[in-house]
Amino acid sequence: MSDAKKKPESIKTPLLDELTTGQWPSFVSDLKNLSHTKPQVGQLLGQLEQSYEDRWNYWQGTVLNVDGYGGGVIARYSELSERFPDIAQFHTVRIIPPPGWVYSTKSLRQLCDIWEKHGAGIMQLHGMTGDILLLGTDNVTTFDAAEELMEAGWDLGGSGGALRTPACCVGDAYCESSCFDTMGITKYLTDRFISQLHRPEFPYKYKFKVSGCANDCACSIQRSDMPIIGTWKGPMQIDQKEVGKFIKEHGADYVVNNVITRCPTQAITLKGSKEIKVDNDNCVRCMHCINVMHKALRPGKQRGATILVGGKRTLKIGDTMSSMIVPFMPLETEEDWEKLGDLVEKIWEFWGENGMEHERVGEFIERVGLATFLEGIGLKPLPEMVIHPRTNPYIKFEELAPGRMGGEPHKRPSVVDKEIETFEKAE
Amino acid sequence: MSVQEVKKKAPRDNGAPDHKLNLHPLMLKNYGKWKYYEKVRTGVLKRVAESGDVLYVVRAGSPRTMSVNVIRKICDIADKYCQGFLRFTSRANVEFLVGNEKDVKPLIKAVEKELGFPVGGTGASISNILHTQGWLHCNLPGTDAAGSVKALMDELYKDFVKEKLPNRLKISTSCCSINCGGQADIAINVQHHHPPRVDDKGVGVCEHPKVVAICPVAAIRPTTADGRPSLEVVPEKCMYCGACHGQCPSMEIRDAKTDTLSIWIGGKAASTRKGPSFMKLAVWGLPNNAPRWPEVGEAVKTIVEAYRKGGKPYERLGEWVERIGWKRFFEITGFPFTKYHIDDFKNARATLNTSTHVRL
Repeated sequence: MSDAKKKPESIKTPLLDELTTGQWPSFVSDLKNLSHTKPQVGQLLGQLEQSYEDRWNYWQGTVLNVDGYGGGVIARYSELSERFPDIAQFHTVRIIPPPGWVYSTKSLRQLCDIWEKHGAGIMQLHGMTGDILLLGTDNVTTFDAAEELMEAGWDLGGSGGALRTPACCVGDAYCESSCFDTMGITKYLTDRFISQLHRPEFPYKYKFKVSGCANDCACSIQRSDMPIIGTWKGPMQIDQKEVGKFIKEHGADYVVNNVITRCPTQAITLKGSKEIKVDNDNCVRCMHCINVMHKALRPGKQRGATILVGGKRTLKIGDTMSSMIVPFMPLETEEDWEKLGDLVEKIWEFWGENGMEHERVGEFIERVGLATFLEGIGLKPLPEMVIHPRTNPYIKFEELAPGRMGGEPHKRPSVVDKEIETFEKAE
Repeated sequence: MSVQEVKKKAPRDNGAPDHKLNLHPLMLKNYGKWKYYEKVRTGVLKRVAESGDVLYVVRAGSPRTMSVNVIRKICDIADKYCQGFLRFTSRANVEFLVGNEKDVKPLIKAVEKELGFPVGGTGASISNILHTQGWLHCNLPGTDAAGSVKALMDELYKDFVKEKLPNRLKISTSCCSINCGGQADIAINVQHHHPPRVDDKGVGVCEHPKVVAICPVAAIRPTTADGRPSLEVVPEKCMYCGACHGQCPSMEIRDAKTDTLSIWIGGKAASTRKGPSFMKLAVWGLPNNAPRWPEVGEAVKTIVEAYRKGGKPYERLGEWVERIGWKRFFEITGFPFTKYHIDDFKNARATLNTSTHVRL
């Protein structure tokens, strides 16, 4: 390979150069500057320019694992390595960020120093998984970098059929809507299940995303297998003095048009000209009125979270939204957190045992039915779990079916016990 | 240290870094005890704690892909004005955390001048675009990510720095039909137009049962080519999703000459009002026109302007379209409604109008 490593002619990037103008900050200009000290970055831009010209991609993906880990490194080999020898191997290392993506400059500078020393000095804050992405190591420097990062206390993120790096909103750190300690829960789940994160043992990936309220700033409901979303029991907090101020400032029509008529369950009414009344039993905790009148209205005092399960993006059965499995769970104490973790373990056991290769938990529920899933993880069916009861009349009632002629008891045939896809299990 | 020595020491299983060591002192002190916020200007929120403490959060758009040089500059600014603490949002914005009101203005100046990052992205604005790796570093992409985001944000810049829309507007891009970019008010996704081309030689190294099993429409079956095991695709069944391509690179789904881009609208994660929603197809067949994708930019701007004009306060893009009806949406924007807008996948009948409701 070293024979081919002759100094490349200066790399021209006329198409990429068009992305150096305009008001939005340009990654092209930044990487061009970086290429003065990191020649491989110049070659990276050279390959990208070729992609722009051909509308074609020149990276091959493969697997490279730090010993003891089953993921965390996204290995890439260039198909144009003859022209661009310095990026023949150009890998990404995923690193678990502090929950909520908060940093001291000390932590960030440490990452910069390690990555400048071993890698190409390109970072992405952050990847779609929520990981810190560090770009540009080869088959040797990946291990050196991983070692130094781990010595400094950082750890590799998840990839493949494993728990992925959990992510959360800012939560209690500066948001008044937050109903529990999102960062604390995220750290707890990451640390308790760090083995499942590093060593893939699931049918496919499993993601937690954690949002402190129904505004769902972590986009958990569509983008995670297990959203944990803040909510409260009992009445919301109302400061009628602030309500009065808000009505005076904005006018009663504004409150009617933008708060009262926008409530999905019509749970709010005007009371006189200075106050509002909330039918708390009928409030679904959607957060709209609180968002609009955030000084006057706040979540109630008895706080916790709603747990859903099964969200994912398109492949393969189309997008699935997460759906409710626990309407309310307190998350105040270590004990509460442990209970949540125990529920997670039950889900992994049932899905891990019965899920098919590459089957996300939402796809699994779609295949076996929510009722079977609930039985498998030991949860009772609740009306909060459905929009409405079924409309399809063909039902296998276990309790109402008498024994057959031979006297054998009726048993609903299990949809998960049958042997499926046996070739997947063959070594 | 040699690779062998390094390998002996792993794994460490360190877990997540402690957020408490990375929190601004005011965030740590008032953790879980915040009272309300006030909008100072687009991109600047004043957060008030029950203790009376005040924290200014200044949000700036970043390109996400950054050199260590730029990140060190970010750190220099945070050291000067933020006691050495900062935060990133899920949409790759940087948040500078300022304890003293008098530091807000000089900080904004430093962010704009020294970093060249715009301040904005809060409330009823267009925030930074969620994106993936694209040609820069993915093995499957049909288009670029960072480049198309740069081109699009240049076009939408004025809506990042000023809140002038009915509600927040979130955009994502995806580089293949796996759609890693996620749901959004507006999403730009790649569309393939042929079944995968099977490379009989290369496919030998893939695990055939896994490739067969991953197909959502059971269109892949074993065959032989030149006496060796290979795979074939039933073209009538294949829906060009590319699931097999991720499993086996020799099932090539992309085609530089024919791949196009589509625009999907109306996704929303928040449970506010009627709850979360998935996005729907609005425009298809746009060219993958690097380096600036002008046709995509034009179509996105048409949608943004229609929403700006028609949306009620707090109404997200999808809620606006639902209120006025899709017929009106296509009339206002001038995009054609075609047979391809009618769903034919799972639960397609649930997307049909099963009432007499029409806007005549």
